[in-house]
Parts: sequence; C-alpha cells; structure tokens
Amino acid sequence: MTVVASEVASKTDVLDALEAESIHIIREVLAEFERPGLLFSGGKDSVVVLHLLAKAVAPARVPIPVVHVDTGHNFDEVIAFRDATVERYGLNLVVGSMQDYIDDGRLRENADGTRNRLQTRVLLDTIEEHRFDVVFGGARRDEDKARAKERILSLRDEFGGWDPRNQRPEVWSLYNGRHAAGWHVRAFPISNWTERDIWAYIARERIQLPPIYFAHDREVFEREGMIRAVTPVSQPNEGEQVLTRTVRYRTVGDASCTGAVLSEARTVPEVLDELALSTLTERGATRADDRISAAAMEDRKKEGYF
Amino acid sequence: MAHGLFRLATAGSVDDGKSTLVGRLLHDAKAILADSLDDIRRVSAERGFGGDEPALDLALVTDGLRAEREQGITIDVAYRYFTTPARSFILADCPGHVQYTRNTVTGASTADAAVVLVDARNGVVEQTRRHLGVLGLLRVPQVIVAVNKMDLIGWDASAFAALESQVTAVARELDIESVTVIPVSALDGDNVVDRGVSAPWYTGPTLLELLETLPVAVEQHVARLDVQLVIRPQGALQPGYDAEAFRDFRGYAGTVSGGSLRVGDAVQVLSAGRPYTASIEGLRSTTGPIEAAHAGDAVVVELDADIDVARGDTIVAGELSEPTREFAAEVCLLSDVPVGPGQRVLIKHGAQVVQAKVEGIDHVLRVSDFSKHPADRLGLNDLGLVRLRTAVPLAVTDYRDSRTAGSFLMIDPQDGTTLAAGMIESDAGAAHGAADGSRVPEHVAA
Repeated sequence: MTVVASEVASKTDVLDALEAESIHIIREVLAEFERPGLLFSGGKDSVVVLHLLAKAVAPARVPIPVVHVDTGHNFDEVIAFRDATVERYGLNLVVGSMQDYIDDGRLRENADGTRNRLQTRVLLDTIEEHRFDVVFGGARRDEDKARAKERILSLRDEFGGWDPRNQRPEVWSLYNGRHAAGWHVRAFPISNWTERDIWAYIARERIQLPPIYFAHDREVFEREGMIRAVTPVSQPNEGEQVLTRTVRYRTVGDASCTGAVLSEARTVPEVLDELALSTLTERGATRADDRISAAAMEDRKKEGYF
Repeated sequence: MAHGLFRLATAGSVDDGKSTLVGRLLHDAKAILADSLDDIRRVSAERGFGGDEPALDLALVTDGLRAEREQGITIDVAYRYFTTPARSFILADCPGHVQYTRNTVTGASTADAAVVLVDARNGVVEQTRRHLGVLGLLRVPQVIVAVNKMDLIGWDASAFAALESQVTAVARELDIESVTVIPVSALDGDNVVDRGVSAPWYTGPTLLELLETLPVAVEQHVARLDVQLVIRPQGALQPGYDAEAFRDFRGYAGTVSGGSLRVGDAVQVLSAGRPYTASIEGLRSTTGPIEAAHAGDAVVVELDADIDVARGDTIVAGELSEPTREFAAEVCLLSDVPVGPGQRVLIKHGAQVVQAKVEGIDHVLRVSDFSKHPADRLGLNDLGLVRLRTAVPLAVTDYRDSRTAGSFLMIDPQDGTTLAAGMIESDAGAAHGAADGSRVPEHVAA
C-alpha cells in the first residue's frame, strides 16, 4: 500500500471525515436491517443524526420513522421543535408515552419524581411493539466511561441488556448487523464525535435546534449545585430561592433533572466560544441522573437504556 | 500543516504502565476537564496514591467499567478523544492482557499509528513481539514503541540505545513498515507531551510531537466504491429537490477508497460476479453535485449504462482484478467458535455478504515468533492462513495494497457471530503458504 502525506489527502477536515464515517455507518445499517427506527428526542445529538440520515439517502426522503420516548417531563420548546422537524422532513413519528404507563400503573414514579431511568421500559416496549430490529441513537463515546467502550453497532438481548464483556469486535469499516431472533441492535453513527464536533457541525450546516440550547432568561433555583428551571415538574423546595437568570441547556432530557448552565451564548458561534472555555464535562454539568454514582450510566445501559 | 483526524491505537499491558501513559497524554494535552480531574484527585487521595508525596494516579483516567475497577482489569477497547492545535485524535486504548489479539485487531485495524509500550527494565518481551506482530499483520502504517519507566533505569542513554536497536531489528523481522522508539516516563511525564529535564541526551520528538506530525494514512491503489445502497426516490424526495429533475434518479451510494472517481471516468462494474463497463455520469457529495470524489468521501454515483446494479456490487475506475471464487487469507479468530476445513461461513467483503466454505488451513502463526505451524483448526485469538471458496466471484485485492478492499469479516451463518477478521493474500502460493514449523503449538493441538 502506498501511504502518502496528509497534504494531498482530501479528508483533511475533521468534520468531513466524521460526516463521511457516520454516513457510511448509516448506509450499512439501512441496508442490513429490515425495520430501522431513529431515536429522536429533539436533543442536538439526535438532530445531527437525523441530518446525517437525510444526507445518507438524499435526494430520497428519510425512509424510517422517528421514535420519541416521551417522559412527559418535557420542555414545551422541545416538543414544538420535534413536531416541526417531523413535519419538515415528512417523517412518521412514533411516541412511547411514559405518562400512559404511569397513569395505568405499569410504571411507578421514582421517589424523587425524575423519569430518565424509567424510560428504559417504555423504550424496550416501543421497540418490541413496532418490531424495530435496529434503532439509531445519538450517543457519543466522549460522553461517559461506559459509552467509551460501546461499539458502533451494539447488540442488545431480548431484555435490551448490554453486556460489556461480550461485545462483537468491530474491525475496519465492516459492520456486521446480524443478530439472533428477539435481539435488536442499537446503532450509534456519531460515536466518534465530541461535543465540540457536534457544535462545529451544527454551525457549519446551519442545523436548527430547540431554543433552550441558547441563552435565555428563565426562572430558576439551585439544588445540589445544579441550576434547575421552575416548571410544573420541577418546583423549588422551601428555602430554595427562585431567581431569574440568563441560562442555556447543554443537554435536553427530563425537565425535572436536567440542569441549566449560566450562559450568555445566544448563537451557535457563541456556544462554541463558551465550550472552548468550559472546564466541565457535558453530563457532569447538567445531568443529575449521572451524578448518583460513578457507574450510573453503566448500570442504566445494562438495563437497556439508550 | 497536517490538520485532520488522526486515529491512534495503544497496545501494552497494565504492567507496562499503558493506562498511566494514556492518562498522562490526555492530562498533559489538557484533554481532561475539571470535574473529571476532581474525581481522579479524590480517588487518588482515597487510595493514598504516591504515599508520602500525594500524586494523581493518571491510570484512573482510563478507568472504565465497574467490573474493571473491582477486578483491576481492562475488559475492552476504550475510545478517547483529544484535540491539540495541530490535529484531532481518536485514541483506541486496547487492553493487553485478556484477549489481546482480538482487542488489538479491533482497535488497530483503522489506525494511522499505534503505540506499543515496553518496560525499560524488561526490554522486548514475548508480549511486545505479539503486539508488534499483530500490528505488522494489520499493516498499521506507523508504529511507535514507547520505552516506559526510563526513570527506573536512571535514564541510562546506552541502555536505551541498545533497546532501540533491539526494537528496530524485531520490527524489521515482523514486517513493520515504520518504527520510532521514544524513551519516556509516563509517571513523571518526561517526553510524553513535555520534554522534561531527565534526558538531555534525547534529541528526538516527544510522543505528542511525533503524533502531531505523522502523516495520516491514505491508500493509493485502485479507486473503488462498494455500493451500499441503491437510491431511487421514485417521487419520494426530500424538501428542496425538484420533482421533475429527480423523477428517474437512480444513484449508487457508497464510500470511495483507493483513489479518486471523476465524472466521465470509464468504470468497471462487478455485479453479481459479472463484469460490465460503464462511465460515470454524475457524482453527488453530501452537499450536491461534484466533479470528483476522493478516498474517504461518502458519495452517490450515477452511471450512464442501464445495468441492474445492486447493493454489494463494486464500481472500479481502472482495471478490476479478475474476480475469483478462491483465495487465501490471513485470519484472526475473534470468537471462541473454532474454524476448520469444510466449515460453511459467510464472508462480508465490501458491502456484500456471500456464502463461503473453508477449504483448508495452511498454517497457524505462533504469535511469539510468527513461525508457521500446521493446524487442523483455529481457535480464539489464533492467527492463521486459510483457503476459502465463495459461492459468487469476488473482486478481491491483496491486503497489502488496500486495507479496505483487502479485508473481510467471517461470519457464523447461524447466529451472526463475527468469527474472524480476514486479510487477503493474493500471492499465497503453495510454497509461500506452507507451514515450515516442526511442532504444533499446544493451544492448537489441544
């Protein structure tokens, strides 16, 4: 093989290389599976995956449905964004409603009222009900220690469980999607992107995001070192002072346990500038559910979480 | 300046200080954020790391799963990301102890460079030869041997010089294309990112300096595109595309390897084992029509000829090697299901999956010295030369010419398990492939 210096290589740009890798993965998955779906929360990572999915099949329309596991603890802006996006791409939307599960007793609320962890049951039921053999997700390996070890095509048993000791080797750019009956696969085409890559790509491609990713004034209170929005599902306890602050969100999740960050970043370039100076990891800054123990994500993944 | 994405793999065992080296690299390259660093500081203090002089246990940076912490082992390849002003890195951290071959193959198959650790006190040991041998087989373009724990031999320049020539000799023997040897102390940080003061005699680059300047591997062979998807919107277009212009659109989506494709190029199409000729009528990138597409680009190709091209077919600019149903390949067993003559398997090559049969095993490689020995079957982590016969002719390429077109997966047709990673040897004649060792290794004879 001839190896030549990168000066003559066409793939010298990081975003081009990441985009090409992701599209390659998406095309393999679309071809090798019968019933794919895309997990779509309206969060920036799932928005980027949808954008890549559209590029992978252009000029044809995105051929698969999007799946939203709806905690019922939503930011209104995110649901509005979700519906507008579905409309714009001409997609089918499948909603797994956690509120239905809680209303009819299939799930009980956690004592602290947060619902992120309860999503697993609804997710697995939705996958089963719609007979998805693969679902695309926007997880990235830079998010967390457990994610750092996950394959791009991640096999899940009939309980949705992830077995870190028995992962399928992934070599070259050859992806093997075959799996036993009753199992399914989670496909993570942006595994190799970092938070900064995502934002740089959003800037380059002018990708629209829900407005809560940008600085806005909001009534908030502080709990356990995190800034919480005052919403119907997240109310201050006695002694917790409500203030109006200029904040934005770095991740979109259950409104009752996703923290905001103080920020003046009102545009994508300003967010990128802010990230360059940030000293906290994305999840460390904003996800109470990842803070409970060092192995929080690992435990949830073994149970079948995203 | 060499900008871009650089893929790096590390191989070595816990004892060599690999976790500490990776942690040191990330720490000194300022790739660890404050909250993660706080965790490391807290755990280091809890465990009393450094004794009387409390220090950061940088091995904790790569500390991953609960089971790993509890058992003090590393289970699987972990991916890390860091960026310097020069380039962005994807680091595949391959554990050295358990299933080292399987892990190294997973982590290093796409690597532009690999770092192998050697303990300065022990020199080249059997495991070093194994790691180097696998990296040579995988054709990783650049291998860096980091001689670690130099502090424990008092930064002895002549000892390092002796080690360097030993490593260079072994690398040559094991078919490594390019090797660089660097003396480091992962614990103290010398020559990892910063130069340090311990070895004024060392005038070569630090590990990071080297990583920032090595070329990104780009294959130059025959431009090729394996068709992943046939795109035929048939009216179902994305917003913004003109219904009239795309009424009969038919495009072949895939990733270019080995060279460049241009509009107007005469191409050969291998479809269901039969060759056709055509020319490229149009090319589309992720942003729209383009005139030329290069290695690594994900594109859509339109052809002028009315050929029924399907997923798995191959489009080649230039001469296609004669499609063949029989070929030999060096394979690395990735599952605990043994592979032997007569076995029916699936081969995934490019974007197609075909039925195949294992015709025979020419030899198994003894990984300690890469000598060849006869074998009845191959087991987990074994490397060996197998002969395969496929149901449909494949446009195979020697792995030495192309890591993309020369590689394949061997898959269990029953449960879909990935049995082996294969590297095609188009010149494996009878004499070349024959086993010349005298003894069957125990792990194969069992």
